[in-house]
Amino acid sequence: MRDYFTFVLKRLLQLAAVVFAGISAAFFITHLSPISPVDMIVNRVAAQSGGDPLAIQDLRDALAALFGTDLPLHEKFLNFWGRFLVGDLGPSLLAFPTPAIDLVMRALPWTVGLLVTSILLSWTIGNILGGLGGYYQNNRFLKAFGVLAMGVQPIPYYIVAFLLVLLFGYFWPVMPISGGFSINVRPGFTFEFIASVIHHSILPAASLVIVGLGISFLGMRAMVSNIVTEDYVTYAELAGVRTERVVFFYVIRNAMVPQLTGLAMALGGIFSGTIITEQVFAYPGLGSLLVNAVNAGDTTLVLAVSSIAVIAVAGAIFVIDLIHPLLDPRVKVK
Amino acid sequence: MFAIIRDLTRYNIEFAIGCVLVGIITLFALASFFAPVGPTMIYVVPPDMPPSLSYWFGTNSRGQDLFWQLSYAFRNTLTFGVMVAAISRIISITVGLLAGYLGGWVDRVLMFFNDIFVSLPIFPILILVYFVLRSNLDMFTLALIMGCLGWPFDARLIRSVSLGLRHREFTRHATFSGMTPRKIMFEEHLPYVMPIVLATAIANMIWSIGMEVTLAVLGFTNLNIPTVGTTLYWANNHSAMIVGVWWWILIPVILIVTLFIGLFLLTVSLNEYIDPRSRLRRMGGA
Amino acid sequence: MADSTDILTVKGLKAYYRMAYFGIDREVRAVDDITLSIRRNEVYGIAGESSSGKTSLIKVLAAAIRPPLEVVDGALTYRFGDIEIDPYKASSEEVNAIRWKHLSYIMQGSMSVLNPVRRIRHSFSDFAFQPMGVDKKTFWERTRAHLERLNLSPDILRAYPHELSGGMRQRVTIALATVCQPEFIIADEPTTALDVVVQKDVLAMIRDVQRQMGSSVVFVTHDMSVHANIADRIGIVYAGRLVEEGPTRTLFTAPKHPYTAHLVGSLPRIGDTTTKAALEGRPPNLADPPSGCRFHPRCPLAIDKCKTEVPPLETVGQSHRSACWRADEVKPLAPVAGQPAQVTP
Ligand SMILES: Nc1ncnc2c1ncn2[C@@H]1O[C@H](COP(=O)(O)OP(=O)(O)O)[C@@H](O)[C@H]1O
Ligand SMILES: [Mg+2]
Repeated sequence: MRDYFTFVLKRLLQLAAVVFAGISAAFFITHLSPISPVDMIVNRVAAQSGGDPLAIQDLRDALAALFGTDLPLHEKFLNFWGRFLVGDLGPSLLAFPTPAIDLVMRALPWTVGLLVTSILLSWTIGNILGGLGGYYQNNRFLKAFGVLAMGVQPIPYYIVAFLLVLLFGYFWPVMPISGGFSINVRPGFTFEFIASVIHHSILPAASLVIVGLGISFLGMRAMVSNIVTEDYVTYAELAGVRTERVVFFYVIRNAMVPQLTGLAMALGGIFSGTIITEQVFAYPGLGSLLVNAVNAGDTTLVLAVSSIAVIAVAGAIFVIDLIHPLLDPRVKVK
Repeated sequence: MFAIIRDLTRYNIEFAIGCVLVGIITLFALASFFAPVGPTMIYVVPPDMPPSLSYWFGTNSRGQDLFWQLSYAFRNTLTFGVMVAAISRIISITVGLLAGYLGGWVDRVLMFFNDIFVSLPIFPILILVYFVLRSNLDMFTLALIMGCLGWPFDARLIRSVSLGLRHREFTRHATFSGMTPRKIMFEEHLPYVMPIVLATAIANMIWSIGMEVTLAVLGFTNLNIPTVGTTLYWANNHSAMIVGVWWWILIPVILIVTLFIGLFLLTVSLNEYIDPRSRLRRMGGA
Repeated sequence: MADSTDILTVKGLKAYYRMAYFGIDREVRAVDDITLSIRRNEVYGIAGESSSGKTSLIKVLAAAIRPPLEVVDGALTYRFGDIEIDPYKASSEEVNAIRWKHLSYIMQGSMSVLNPVRRIRHSFSDFAFQPMGVDKKTFWERTRAHLERLNLSPDILRAYPHELSGGMRQRVTIALATVCQPEFIIADEPTTALDVVVQKDVLAMIRDVQRQMGSSVVFVTHDMSVHANIADRIGIVYAGRLVEEGPTRTLFTAPKHPYTAHLVGSLPRIGDTTTKAALEGRPPNLADPPSGCRFHPRCPLAIDKCKTEVPPLETVGQSHRSACWRADEVKPLAPVAGQPAQVTP
């Protein structure tokens, strides 16, 4: 137990280091951008209200102070972290002067909800089917499923999402194809709203699940077809241990460990997948927000989304890491 | 090398199908060298014509003949994939062989960087790169960046094979007969890892092309270069689906899926050729 | 030939690895025309250098074969009480019904036969609960008693395999294979990966189990000094064939096959400083074995007949059989004073 505690502590430090490095990298990359947020706002205001040069100069100075654009890079960096630690990421450009963090927090639940549901679904179903597919290599249904998964695997998320839009949006219009909920229901804790949210999430989630299911199915099947040749499986089969027992407690149980690590490594990729999916379905999550921010040249918002994404992905990997030694007794928790 | 390919075409149906699919797309891309129009010209043919005998793939809303447009697009996309694969192969072979053959601290340092690169979130990085470079992000720059990001998994694979080779008889012979490490690595060990290089190169192409399409569809590349991704971007931009110009989307999607499946079958069959375990399974399954 | 005391009879058994890949067909004749029988209450040793087909042979005996290995010809019959069964003719339910209860198998490489992510006690309940056919409480009582009888602490039931040393794991595997008190135990190189001290303990343990339960043990190892310690009878396998079989003492003192003579003669003895002449050449490739007697290319006594005609396994003494055209001329390599020095039963 104490060992486990030290292990958690060590991983926590590692998490902090990864988050710091990731966000700092995002900071420096975004600050290479030639676009000046001050100029952008000034131009926008000038275009709307005509140009009183003095007023514009005032605005420019005020904004420069607000964004800290005149400071040298290292001071900007220190400023950024100072404000970051108290949860202030600066005002967004896209919806000036709404704080970027507010936009991010508004989008976050959508993405998290979509991701958690689709990962849980695709990972569980994919692994069970994949485990069976690896064990019963001659089963017709599982073989056909494998061929299908193989066909889907090399296709980017975008295409799958697009085909779903075509099928259920145009050819057989039974599903809403854009937005997070219907415009005619008021957001709130009502049955209508929740039903509408679920209804709208089906297609985006399906596109993530289809690809994710294929990947975890194939990964698990490959893993299992190696594990079935391991001595402990052969031996259990020889001893006449019941087949379901062998499949679940010997084969799938052992394959789960690397599959879980695999999931941790794939999380970043899955997150990238949502960016596209959300864009296709105009889903109001982090992905859409990021794309809009990039198109608007909104440095603050891009940085805010990236930071939260870094924290979310690193945090999820951290949680998986904590589960790992519980699943595999051989992992030394030192 | 040629013996491998001969064996594969003869005994492996996946490989044969993969070759045919990739071959068709390559021929189609090569046709662009005989195109009657340039790729960037617009409004040269009547817009929005469905596929017909005079316009095989139809025309798009920008007045371009989709047949030639897509031919250019696939040429660029394939060139892009090959560039990324070549760049990342150079890095992964060098890192993998050096780490595997020299071992010791060289191995540790290289694998340290390898681990860092493995954990980089590539897609967000590319978005950030676009955010900074904007339309300066041309195909070559993108290929260079992706080549520099897409090597670590393969380097690790090559390293593990080369680690095994280090203790083989012929390596010791070569060392005793005074061959330089460089010669040993590139003349003795490289041929052994060649099938892996080939298989991973194709897998890498699938990855990089998929990434390019994704970026372009979001509008995050130079949109004036015709690629499969930018074709889809423009189709989307002109609401092709809504105004009923379905061929503008359907045809590129079918072609790119053909290419992906073809390349995928090639890697699958090559991997099977490389991996003795799957060979055993194949015999066992009979 | 079938004797009422024989628990297993094997006749003309052939099992080959058959492979076809990328146009190349290969057939490895790992078990080629083997006839033997195992008596009740004896330890039968199978010896031979590595790759001679020992593992393949006993996999066939244990009905534990997987593609590409397949039985091509021959018959084998087990007799457990009034059950008489040929595992390759019986249904898989019938075979499963004898496993562990009557017939258990200790696989080669016992280091890796225990499920790494589950505790040992799960292995015991998975493997032995059903065959033992008693209620949970009795099952655990018997299991604990069995472990104690083998000088193992019942605490190991709570351990994970990786927490045990190699020797310990091997002992656990033996305990696992014997907990149902089977009449027939097959053990493949159970002592090979262990150091000498542990090896001795494990051998003593197998011997004890066998004595207590009166079962038959087929014991495989390439190490002749281990055989000298444990086997009642030994069968020598060379290139997939049984070349000599006889009581342990007879084989060590008066071998009737040049290969046995070599195996016995190359054992180190106390006070013996002569260098041993190594056998020249390599073991044959079983995909393309030599014609005639498979040993002829390496045999010091080989004559022309050996190159063309396969010598049959013929009786050369009391329960002593040898497959050599010149069996009468075989001499022990070194003057033997009793048995090898390590032999301390
Ligand atoms: N899975 C396999 N596929 C093909 N050939 C095999 C396989 N396993 C063993 N062999 C071959 O069968 C022969 C006998 O091997 P084995 O029975 O393991 O010998 P031993 O146990 O005496 O070392 C060897 O030539 C070996 O190469
Ligand atoms: Mg063996």
